Amino acid sequence: MDTIDRRRFLGMMGASAAALTAAPALSACGAGFGGGSSAGGGSAADEVTGAFDWKRAQGKTIKALLNKHPYTDALIADLKAFSEQTGIQVKYDVFPEDNYFDKLTVDLSSGRASYDVFMLGAYMVWQYGPPGWLEDLGPWMRNTAATSAEWDPGDFFPNLLQADQWSLKYGTPLGQGGQYALPWGWETNVVAYNTEVFGKLGLKPAETLDELIEMAATIKRKAPGAGFDGMYGVAVRGSRSWATIHPGFMTMYSRYGLKDFVMEGGKLKPAMNDPRAVEFTRKWADMVKNGGAPSWTSYTWYQCSSDLGAKKAAMLFDADSAAYFQAIKGASPASGKIAFHPGPKGPDGSLATNMWVWSLGMNAKSENKTAAWLFLQWATGKEHLRKAALEGNHIDPVRKSISQDAAYKDKMKDLQGFLDTFEAVADQTKIQFTPQTQFFDATTSWAAALQEIYGGKDAAGVLNGLAKDLAPKVAG
Amino acid sequence: MAALTETEAAAEAAPAPGRPDAPRRVPRWRRSLRPYLLIVPALLLTGGILYPFGLGLYYTIFDFSATKPQPDMVGLENYLTIVKQDAFWRSALVTVMYAVGATAVETVLGVGVALLLNRGTRLGRTLEKVLILPLMIAPVIAAIMWKLMLQPSVGVINYLLRPFGLGGVQWTDTPTGALLSSIMVDVWVYTPFVAILALAGLRSLPRSPFEAAAVDGAGRWFTFRRLTLPMLWPYVLVAVIFRFMDSLKVFDIIYALTEGGPGDSTVVLQIRAYLEAIRFQRYSFGISYMIILWAVVYLASMVLVRYLARAQRRAAEVSQ
Repeated sequence: MDTIDRRRFLGMMGASAAALTAAPALSACGAGFGGGSSAGGGSAADEVTGAFDWKRAQGKTIKALLNKHPYTDALIADLKAFSEQTGIQVKYDVFPEDNYFDKLTVDLSSGRASYDVFMLGAYMVWQYGPPGWLEDLGPWMRNTAATSAEWDPGDFFPNLLQADQWSLKYGTPLGQGGQYALPWGWETNVVAYNTEVFGKLGLKPAETLDELIEMAATIKRKAPGAGFDGMYGVAVRGSRSWATIHPGFMTMYSRYGLKDFVMEGGKLKPAMNDPRAVEFTRKWADMVKNGGAPSWTSYTWYQCSSDLGAKKAAMLFDADSAAYFQAIKGASPASGKIAFHPGPKGPDGSLATNMWVWSLGMNAKSENKTAAWLFLQWATGKEHLRKAALEGNHIDPVRKSISQDAAYKDKMKDLQGFLDTFEAVADQTKIQFTPQTQFFDATTSWAAALQEIYGGKDAAGVLNGLAKDLAPKVAG
Repeated sequence: MAALTETEAAAEAAPAPGRPDAPRRVPRWRRSLRPYLLIVPALLLTGGILYPFGLGLYYTIFDFSATKPQPDMVGLENYLTIVKQDAFWRSALVTVMYAVGATAVETVLGVGVALLLNRGTRLGRTLEKVLILPLMIAPVIAAIMWKLMLQPSVGVINYLLRPFGLGGVQWTDTPTGALLSSIMVDVWVYTPFVAILALAGLRSLPRSPFEAAAVDGAGRWFTFRRLTLPMLWPYVLVAVIFRFMDSLKVFDIIYALTEGGPGDSTVVLQIRAYLEAIRFQRYSFGISYMIILWAVVYLASMVLVRYLARAQRRAAEVSQ
């Protein structure tokens, strides 16, 4: 009988292992390493014909990935209405914001269709759009067989719809190209303040950045003597994350007419080391040092918001919703004593404001696109959003009709200055960043630079280093 | 008596054919195959480890990222770009400082705790049970717990330090403070690991050398330096190897405590790789960082393992 020789056996095993290893590796090479692209070949929306029908995808089940948020709570509370209207079931996973985007990024980059729809911010379109992970919703919106006449895209604030629309080309402005998500909830970045401490110290909201800086330091110095033990002046985000740059910092940066990048010779060039930008950044870091939270470098919106509610911070320069959740009745020790103000103007009186848009998008790999589109339509439609604004805490309506709704205004009227502030900044609120795919790297590095300046390093040196590091990455 | 040949010995040992307790003869082909079947699990395990590693290594020669799903082959360019970056060398330095600092403190404290517990008092036996508690907590949870305790205004640490005039320490707000705080959390979590290994080592040491030293009138310090430490050293080294390799790969403790800040002061190589691969979606670049980190860990562990072999030989000489 032919016995198995040890060398022969090991040789066979080695060859098998090599074959097993090489096959997927080679296929990965040819197939483009997973991910894939949706480019080419029209839209699935074209397959939807006939009259519009909410029951078109009856019996289907879609899966949603959601971030833990009061807006999400309002959506989940109303999901039964969607299922009754369409016959579609929605399964969902909810993750806290700390993990949410990592989960979504990994999931989309895997090229699977584990979630048909998901929440995302407009900035994520710059990251998820170019690899072809997001369905272009434009063809769906334009197809009258797929879209209800009542959905009314003209009712959205135009800057919000444009925020999710991009050509996928470095540095080109928003509002052109595909519609990669739909606005669902948004936030303007304004100043919220504690009326009690302002009253005791005889203060009025700051109209310029210099006033704000001085006021923050004054409050930190005087508030404990006025009965507000441990209170500091102004809460702004400070963690080493992109999220530190986009609210108060970018809003005030834009009001000073400053840019993150400029286009030169068809290439993006970092502009955060412009002398005026350096001066502004130094001022911002000084404001935090003299009037901000003691452990600012770890501050996310959760800490900023809760400090305002706990009467630890006299002011919050962040999303209006972050203050709203503390201001509503019974929500925090400071509720009933929180007022809203547009915040300092720029040197030329600018109220340019950066915004965050919670949007809803569709996975380009979804196998339930018709059902997913019906869900997106319903979730961004007038009926659900009105209910979410009135019965839930889905404030800052993305639809003009809801912002003008008497019932909505009545609900918000007790929040001092909220509606006036909203109306003062709404038209000047837009995404102030330059759209480009390296957004998260650029803003995370920018936040790290801000921390270094706060720690005492020379602002010009740090920002020059940042610009040098970013230049090749964003050159396109 | 003349020595039996192998065949004769086998025949003598085997029961006579036809007897009921005679074992069934296993066919020769099955006997030949058995060793190969036995190594199949090991081969599968090795393949399971080598396959993703090889695939990762393969990806590093492309410029694969979210914005470039159809990548070009770039050879060693990713590695060259990385080693030319200041950020890489800053991260490498922070990684080494963290690993050396954490391992050194844990070793000294761990051995100290083990020596105290080895006395066999009732208090020692109780403390042994308490000692293992930090190891039962996930490091990321420990880091979050410490993050709360180190909060300058509401954290318990500053509250306890206040009577001594030290209530305003900004634990993680300065580059040095953030690194030291991260090391402190690592020490809190892993010192018990070193202590448990060292304690096991202490209890397995032979008694005779100590009895001989006692008869000769050797002092405590002399006994510790010339007997306990050399014989214990291999056990301590095993702990050092584990802790050093783990500390070089640290992610959870630092990320939960400081997110790599302030600035880039606590961005160790593992965090840099995570940011590149997951946050910024430059996959090939991120994996290249990981491969470099793997090479560093591999070389460091090789050196330590060789040293361990020498230490074991020395310990054997001392114990004789």
